[in-house]
Amino acid sequence: MNASPPFLRAENLACRRGDRLLFARLSLSVDAGEALHLSGANGIGKSSLIRILAGLLRPFEGSVHKAGAMALLDERPALDTHLPLGRALAFWGRVDGIAPARLDEVAQSVGLGDLLDVPVRFLSTGQRKRAALARAIAQDAPVWLLDEPLNGLDTASVATVEALVADHCAGGGLCLLASHQPVAVPNLARLELSDFAA
Amino acid sequence: MIGAILKRDIALLLGGGRRGGAMLPILFFLAVAMLYPFAVGPDAKLLARTGGGVVWVAALLAAILPLDRLIEPDLEAGVFDQLALRGMADEVTCAIRILAHWLSFAVPLMLATPIAAVLLGLSGAQLMTLELGLLAGTPGLAALGVAVAAVTAGLRGGAALAGLLILPLAVPLLIFGAGSLSTGGEGGIALTGAASLVLVALSPFAAGAALRAARE
Repeated sequence: MNASPPFLRAENLACRRGDRLLFARLSLSVDAGEALHLSGANGIGKSSLIRILAGLLRPFEGSVHKAGAMALLDERPALDTHLPLGRALAFWGRVDGIAPARLDEVAQSVGLGDLLDVPVRFLSTGQRKRAALARAIAQDAPVWLLDEPLNGLDTASVATVEALVADHCAGGGLCLLASHQPVAVPNLARLELSDFAA
Repeated sequence: MIGAILKRDIALLLGGGRRGGAMLPILFFLAVAMLYPFAVGPDAKLLARTGGGVVWVAALLAAILPLDRLIEPDLEAGVFDQLALRGMADEVTCAIRILAHWLSFAVPLMLATPIAAVLLGLSGAQLMTLELGLLAGTPGLAALGVAVAAVTAGLRGGAALAGLLILPLAVPLLIFGAGSLSTGGEGGIALTGAASLVLVALSPFAAGAALRAARE
């Protein structure tokens, strides 16, 4: 992780998709050790906000300030589906300069240690979600942006993800987590996006 | 990071898996060279005079075959977003993809060209000119392919549209490349190389802009 503590701040953000203004006047601040739960109904702009914070989408108004490398988990796992999971993760390991042993360790932590030889296309929805989470965790970035990380997960896997987020924040990272489901993480702040609906 | 991405891109385009099928352009290329003498007859002089042009047309069509695998699968899978998140400029990602496309389609095609030359009755000198022309021109075809694939990614019927778009844009390469055979001169190859260089220089920016537009 970077020597300087990570942070994420957004000021007066507005997001427009097509002709629809999804939200406006949204400001947030997340510092090292903190987790923020973005909640709201489908289509309210949670994913768009995550993409704006990641720098992948330009805000209609407002600005984002951040420190620290970012790891993004969204609905697209970015893993080569024809490859065994271990090799699909290994590509991102090479890109991020992560040792293979660390990748194995992360795969174990999300409960996929026994599936590294299975092609990604044969994994279930929940297993793919955890595989994508493994890719994001292995990046060792201090800032986690998790878009609906609990979708498709069983109860045990939800608890695993919540524990991983808690550990990450306890270790000095920060996490912004968008989910329409309840999330149980200690000291989790909550931002209801419908409060900023335009 | 660039080496890892290039290695993956080549593996995706060259072999194995659902998105493989790199042999298809080569087989297509050789099939055209094999069928052409059946279509025009066994006149050796006619074949030798027109064969080089046929090879160029076949190379262009072979370059089009993998277009639907060049950009769209990774765009849908979120790979480009993950690379952008790691600070990789879309232009660099596309430049790597152009190199991978060239290495996976043009190099095997140039290796297969002597076989096509035999089938078409081309002389050794013609084969040499043809190979030099392909060496100069195929980077431009690869660059054009990536740019067009990026512009049409995500569109309904994008693959067919990409094929239609690339054909007129490739005409200068075709004219200079095939023209170098009839004039036998280095001028044609130089012009092919010049057109190719322009395309290689501009395409990463066009493709990168298309990727960013696709995020909006």
